[in-house]
Amino acid sequence: MVTHRDDLASKTGMWLFLFTELLLFGGLFIVYSVYRYRNPIAFHQAAHELSVVIGTANTIILLISSTTIAMSITALQTKNKKLCLLLMGVTILLGLAFLVNKYFEWGAHFREHIYPGSSVLALRGHGDVLFYGLYFFMTGLHALHIIVGLVFILVIAVSIFKDRINSENYVLLENSGLYWHLVDLIWIFLFPLFYLIT
Amino acid sequence: MSTQKTFEEPSYLEYKGKYKGIFSWILSTDHKRIALLYLFSLMTFFIVGATLGLLMKLELIAPGKTIITAQTYNAFFTLHGIIMIFAVVIPGLPAVFGNFLLPIMIGAKDVAFPRLNLLSWYFYVIGVSLVLISQFTGQGPPDTGWTFYAPYSFRTTGNMLPAVFGAFVLGFSSILTGLNFLVTIHRMRAPGMTWMKMPLFPWTLYATGWVQLLATPIIGITLLMIIAERTLHIGFFDPTLGGDPILYQHLFWTYSHPAVYIMILPAMGAISEIIPAFCHKTIFGYKFIVASSIAIAFVGYFIWGHHMFTSGMSGTALYTFSLLTFIVAIPSAVKVFNWISTMHKASIDLQTPFFWAVGFLFVFMIGGFSGLILGALAANIHLHNTHFVVAHFHFIVFGGTGYAFFGAMHYWYPKITGKMYDSRWANTGLIIFFLGFITLYGEMFFLGMRGMPRRYYDYDEIFHTGNIFSSLGAIVMYFGLAVIIINLIASLKNGIKAPSDPWGGKTLEWTIPSPPPVENFDEIPVITKGPYNYK
Repeated sequence: MVTHRDDLASKTGMWLFLFTELLLFGGLFIVYSVYRYRNPIAFHQAAHELSVVIGTANTIILLISSTTIAMSITALQTKNKKLCLLLMGVTILLGLAFLVNKYFEWGAHFREHIYPGSSVLALRGHGDVLFYGLYFFMTGLHALHIIVGLVFILVIAVSIFKDRINSENYVLLENSGLYWHLVDLIWIFLFPLFYLIT
Repeated sequence: MSTQKTFEEPSYLEYKGKYKGIFSWILSTDHKRIALLYLFSLMTFFIVGATLGLLMKLELIAPGKTIITAQTYNAFFTLHGIIMIFAVVIPGLPAVFGNFLLPIMIGAKDVAFPRLNLLSWYFYVIGVSLVLISQFTGQGPPDTGWTFYAPYSFRTTGNMLPAVFGAFVLGFSSILTGLNFLVTIHRMRAPGMTWMKMPLFPWTLYATGWVQLLATPIIGITLLMIIAERTLHIGFFDPTLGGDPILYQHLFWTYSHPAVYIMILPAMGAISEIIPAFCHKTIFGYKFIVASSIAIAFVGYFIWGHHMFTSGMSGTALYTFSLLTFIVAIPSAVKVFNWISTMHKASIDLQTPFFWAVGFLFVFMIGGFSGLILGALAANIHLHNTHFVVAHFHFIVFGGTGYAFFGAMHYWYPKITGKMYDSRWANTGLIIFFLGFITLYGEMFFLGMRGMPRRYYDYDEIFHTGNIFSSLGAIVMYFGLAVIIINLIASLKNGIKAPSDPWGGKTLEWTIPSPPPVENFDEIPVITKGPYNYK
């Protein structure tokens, strides 16, 4: 079959897919709003227990990684393959750093017996159960997106290394960048909802 | 009009690609072959679902246990619902006829993302398989109904996880199809085909695409929450953990009401193609039909609450949802008037697809008006959860989408297969089917009005007569269905060769040979006139 390339179609498709991702989290934001409205005090107190330091660090990490992936696109456009791969590598490392932080953060909660279905958490009342249920579910789903994004970027990086993606044909790199920005954007909403609004 | 060009290319059915045998189908990225993959899998599931429906009606032929136990009945209506909604009517017209005809009708060689298109089919098959696996593993089949209402969906011992996850995967398939069609329509229309020169079936697919894209993620996340609730005991919807089951209903219907428009919009599109073709007349009020499709898709988002009038909502919410429900009926009525006006003073060619279209109008009107009765707050309190509701949505979903599906099947059959079917058998089947349909579901309105609840395998003696009629109707309808399907299958072998334009249609698919060549067009057409350019 004759394949003709249409970069704009490819990008339109990616944008439409990002809409669906936003709506996926949108459903969770609604659930969060409803339960926050019903359990204001419990949500207020539970939010104090999260580490703002780790949250802030992770926010900065993701913001920088968004910058590096954006820069990698420009690098490829200017035919600087080495720099492009370097910047993509940095993005992947930052993504991994985010996950490592997340691991320690969750680990600390688990040591205090705070996880969905724990009896210690159940004793603290409905508000706390809902807050932590939403916290683990939403940040967990977000972490899953981080992993998907990292795999996506890694696959693209391999293609760039093998010159299948180059300065003439880089729409897939742009799409992986768009996806990474979305993951970043969702975190920008999760961070204040769980860590900052107390 | 039907100047048959000479094509050197073989048709898509004969084309020898990279792969042989079954692999030339299940690995093909040709939109026409993918459409047929959908058609065969969808018809298989439809027959399974219809058989379950027939067994339920046989159970209801007399009060008490007739052929199946209460628990089996619960499992049957659950599986019937999941299969018919998620695996038949939601993919329905877009996946089969949309895939086959959308690129041809807008003058393109394929959809924008052919490989993604094939992936959607795999998601579809995996999703349905998961639903079917849930029947035979774990501690018995799911028994919640297709709505998976909380808190029962995480309390029941039924094997919910594969079924819920299957529905999630089916949602993914639906999103990818919608996304693919939206990009195709935006980017791949033939030169000269402006938005207002696009045929109406692609237009409805466009409106449907947006609904698929913007509504389906909500059910996706809701089903994930149900899974998390069952496996991790998070408590989103469990009142004992502080959750709210009504919130589940809101989230569920936020998707599942717009989903009704995923089912009906392409059906309306197909009817809008069939009617002008057999009236040999330009469709009346093209722009109004386009605008009403968009209006239905838009207003359709804001009326989910009418499924929950008895669940507990504020008075203001009740009035608002009721009012919006009445408003969404207006664009549908606009379309009906347009179709009827198209027939006015036309020299109508009475062929099978046209009979299906007229049948559609008849049952769709009954379904639509009964919907208004249910949308009225006071009447709804009386009719909620009775057989009236079952009758209403079967008139709309089976009567609307189902009739349009069979209409589309008979309209585009010559194009898809390159053969003509036997019209006499097709019409006989239609008449048997129609009589069975009206007896089966028409009777349910009266049963529901008198208070017979839905989803019970047993009923009071006073409902017996009505149920006998209804169940006999089911048998007749099933028989009619068999005649229709067997005729279509037999015509594959016995049918005479179809010309490129058997009905005198004017849209682009009738300008290419039947069955179409692999690349659809040897030269992309340049569009200068509107789609229904009859005298």
